Amino acid sequence: MKVTYRWLQEFTPISASPAELAAQLTMTGLEVESLSPVAPPFSGVVVGEVLECGPHPDAEKLSLCRVTTDGENRLQIVCGAKNVRVGLKVAVAMVGAQLPNDVQIKRAKLRGQESNGMLCSARELGLGDEHDGIMELDNSVPLNEDVRTVLDLDDTVLEVNATPNRGDCMSVFGIARDYSAAQQRRYLQYSISPVAAGAQDAIFPVALDSADCPLLASRVIRGVKPNAQAPLWLRERLRRVGINSISAIVDITNYVMVELGQPMHAYDLAKLDQGISVRSAHVEERITLLDGKDYQLNPEYLVIADASGAVGLAGIMGGRRTAISDSTADVLLESAHFVPQAIAGRARRLGLFSDAGQRFERGVDPTLAAIAVERATSLLLACVGGIAGPVQVSGEVQAAVPEPHWVSLRRDRVTRLLGVEVPEAQIAAVLAAISDQAEASREGWRVHKPPHRFDVKIEADLIEEVARLRGFDSIPEIVATTLQSAGSATERRVPADRALYAMADRGYREIISYAFVDPALQQQLFPGTPSLNLANPISADLAAMRVSLWPGLVHACRENLRRQQSRARLFEMGTQFRLQSGTLQEVETLAGIATGERWPQQWGSRSEPVDFYDVKADVIAVLALTGDVSSVRFEPDSMPALRPGRTARIYRGAVAIGWLGEMHPQVAKTLNFPSTVFLFELELLSSLLLKPLNYTKISKFPSVRRDLAIVVDESVPLAVLQENVTVSASGLLSELRVFDVYRGPSIETGRKSVALGLILQDSSRTLTDVDADAVVTAVTTRLRDVLSATIRDQ
Amino acid sequence: MSSAESLSALVDLALADVDASSDIGKLEEVRVRLLGKKGLLTEQLKGLGALSASERPAAGQRINDAKAAIHAALEMHRLRLEQTAMEKELAAGTIDVTLPGRGAEVGSLHPVTRTRLRIEQIFAKAGFQVVSGPEVEDDFHNFEALNIPKNHPARAMHDTFYFPDGRLLRTHTSPVQIRTMRSSAMPLAIIAPGRVYRIDSDMTHTPMFHQVEGMVIGEGVSFANLKSMLHTFFEQFFERSLGMRLRPSYFPFTEPSAEADIECVFCNGKGCRVCKHTGWLEILGCGMIHPNVLTAANIDPEKWQGYAFGMGIDRLAMLRYGVDDLRLFFENDLQFLKQFP
Repeated sequence: MKVTYRWLQEFTPISASPAELAAQLTMTGLEVESLSPVAPPFSGVVVGEVLECGPHPDAEKLSLCRVTTDGENRLQIVCGAKNVRVGLKVAVAMVGAQLPNDVQIKRAKLRGQESNGMLCSARELGLGDEHDGIMELDNSVPLNEDVRTVLDLDDTVLEVNATPNRGDCMSVFGIARDYSAAQQRRYLQYSISPVAAGAQDAIFPVALDSADCPLLASRVIRGVKPNAQAPLWLRERLRRVGINSISAIVDITNYVMVELGQPMHAYDLAKLDQGISVRSAHVEERITLLDGKDYQLNPEYLVIADASGAVGLAGIMGGRRTAISDSTADVLLESAHFVPQAIAGRARRLGLFSDAGQRFERGVDPTLAAIAVERATSLLLACVGGIAGPVQVSGEVQAAVPEPHWVSLRRDRVTRLLGVEVPEAQIAAVLAAISDQAEASREGWRVHKPPHRFDVKIEADLIEEVARLRGFDSIPEIVATTLQSAGSATERRVPADRALYAMADRGYREIISYAFVDPALQQQLFPGTPSLNLANPISADLAAMRVSLWPGLVHACRENLRRQQSRARLFEMGTQFRLQSGTLQEVETLAGIATGERWPQQWGSRSEPVDFYDVKADVIAVLALTGDVSSVRFEPDSMPALRPGRTARIYRGAVAIGWLGEMHPQVAKTLNFPSTVFLFELELLSSLLLKPLNYTKISKFPSVRRDLAIVVDESVPLAVLQENVTVSASGLLSELRVFDVYRGPSIETGRKSVALGLILQDSSRTLTDVDADAVVTAVTTRLRDVLSATIRDQ
Repeated sequence: MSSAESLSALVDLALADVDASSDIGKLEEVRVRLLGKKGLLTEQLKGLGALSASERPAAGQRINDAKAAIHAALEMHRLRLEQTAMEKELAAGTIDVTLPGRGAEVGSLHPVTRTRLRIEQIFAKAGFQVVSGPEVEDDFHNFEALNIPKNHPARAMHDTFYFPDGRLLRTHTSPVQIRTMRSSAMPLAIIAPGRVYRIDSDMTHTPMFHQVEGMVIGEGVSFANLKSMLHTFFEQFFERSLGMRLRPSYFPFTEPSAEADIECVFCNGKGCRVCKHTGWLEILGCGMIHPNVLTAANIDPEKWQGYAFGMGIDRLAMLRYGVDDLRLFFENDLQFLKQFP
């Protein structure tokens, strides 16, 4: 909220400059977001009075005025405003005056008539955008006074951001009170002299029919001047804190709200039917509020109603039917207390912003209800006249003060929580500055909870007050004694970060994409897969929780191709949100996408597109971190996003841990990919389980190598060949290398030649040629028998 | 001509032949012609037998001297030829060392990940365990257990994404505090980095961003300890000494609550556009864990107390790397990603 420096000074002495004040408030928890002067610099503008005013002889829209600023001399001034008239007190920029925007006032001739100065509008003085005419000063202001003094323009607006727990600081007085406690250790109390009732019979029935409104103060004021305007100083203050002037009565209720923090409402008494009550809204009850909009309510809302229905949405906004108008003669002032929980969230639910609601949902001091009525009455009588009835108080102030009424503070707890010993006298001084009653007890202190502090409930709240009002800077930095227990460095799993580094080292770039994705794109890749969808997405294309990291990767890849990249290797590590028979599973996943050339374009190597086996090597590089590649299998499988015949499900032992494949050409075409795209994903938890590392003895005996070119049917996968070779090599096979796969003229159609290198080794002796030949015979025999293999070139 | 004179002439001739040999092959021919089995000098040695016993030693000596001289000349010339040949080969084999190397390029980690890993490292060295929690949360863990009941004004600070069944995307990493407190033995020190979500989108807000939550609970863990931990963290993170201040603030789950400001890293606290001319950057929220939060997690607030903090990883990355638009982190433009090795 906005307050001004001079307004604060009305309640507490402030010697700090506005900038220093802002720093002090910020450091006690009332963050000042901005500081701005209420008016730009200007000089030479004084109060004058229009003595004569007639038409300019040669200009239809101009007036020729005679103005005095000292009661003696008469200045001829040409003025273009419509509202200029005899008797008006005006702001006169004298010859030589320096106005904002580098305007200097000189003696001038306007259409042949001499003009010795200028009558100023608010805008010309940098006071807002109003340009309806010249400023109309109050009649009471003395001639020749500097307008800066008259309007109190050497003032600064502070925009204070009170945190949601500090409803008590949503007023000028409240901020002054906190400032006083912090800087002066003085508990500031508001004092006001009551306005005696002029008409004892001016009363209006009030009924409280809801526990959510335990207190309501009201007052009838009869015979107010219709169509009156609030005094300039009051409107000027409201302008400074960002509130538009509406009418004298409404301006005054707003003024009291800003000053004291008590929202008020004024009704046109003539429009109220019989009496008012506070009650829960009826089901589907409708009301048109002051903003002109129609709202449908339910019993969660509290309303003020008369015999004809709701006249206001309690604590939030008044209704249109009973609003103050230009013809209002009799007024009912209302100043209620509402339980915060009964107001909280209601305005937001209706899409309303309300100054009153903001205060009530944070908690308004119940003792303010009657005080605010007195304050408003005195302002009203002063500017719109009328006769006040007695202050009517329905309900009990005490009943409205929330529990607990007393809060205790143990002295050892202060030291323990803050980590620094605070002298007892200082603690006592802080407590005395926030409450009217703070007394010593055996263990420390007992504090009577001030009625405006809805945030002070328990001991820790008082410790906070001690720390806050003394300043957090008064607490030293003390290194904690370390926790004496060992941390973990597990070898049960590969740390996820290690996989990140592996991918980066393989040439992949990590991306981070939103966890909500375009449902259309997700459906293209995973048709029929159910996803968790947001009820209130930020946009329709970020509405579905990702069931895979692929939509994000595909999107990022496409965007980069659109930005003239031709090759991309991207990966992401993140959560996928899978619905497994209705139950959500958050699965940590590593996934990647690859498209474009195998290598970045370079000299001396042929440019070839990336293929399945390039990406497979990348996947294996990650899985190899577990030291257990041998238990990994790639099995042909299918899924809609991937190309049939080029899709593998990845297993570790019996557990499926991921997918690898080429994007289905149809999908790739729909998504406008110019070249083949490969995708993979690995479920992290099962992919990165580390095999217990156990040293195996190294053989001291040399190995023997035998190469075989084996011709088998195309349908025989390497995995099957491998399995058969291993089985028949009777434990002597230490490694099997595939060094060529050939199809060509010398091989029958439908068959392929696979060149295998068998590395044979024994741990206890040197293998002889006889041993090696025996293995080769066993292997070839088995391959011939089981797979109808033939051996080439032998 | 005496035999000595003819030998001397032979040597002169031989040395001239050696010098005239233009390659190793020709030099070899010269060697064979002179010193080979049928070489001229070998023949001379054979002729010694024809001399008298008195003449023989002197003649033999002369021939051997001549042989040695020729041998030395041969060897010298061979070395010279080899060196020339090497020089030629080297000159022919010069390559352009400025041509690029071949093979794969090295990829990169996302700057937010880099930042997260550094934060984890700094805290891990101080004894913090890294923990995590779910991103789809319930109202209880995200709000209620953190002392933020329904309709609490603090909820207005969290524009929340909801699912039709009432679950939500966590708006902060603080629910991990609750889950950890409920499942761990005291004392504890944890950090919990992760993705969080709020309905917001502009230069400094994205609907998904990253936070790291920290929490320490012990018997005497104090506000003074919190100050020290945060200050040392920032100095380690930015690798420089740096002013820090705590300002009173409000979070429903801490009491007292504070905002931590660090001296602006762009202007060293002098005031610039980034710090809005205040010299300070608001960077983190923290405080002493509210007794209600401890109680809700079945921890006795009379015995245990501690601090908690939460900060934006993306914001730290922006400050560290001078990134001025948060959205860049999620656009994943390769030109951007390549700047972070």
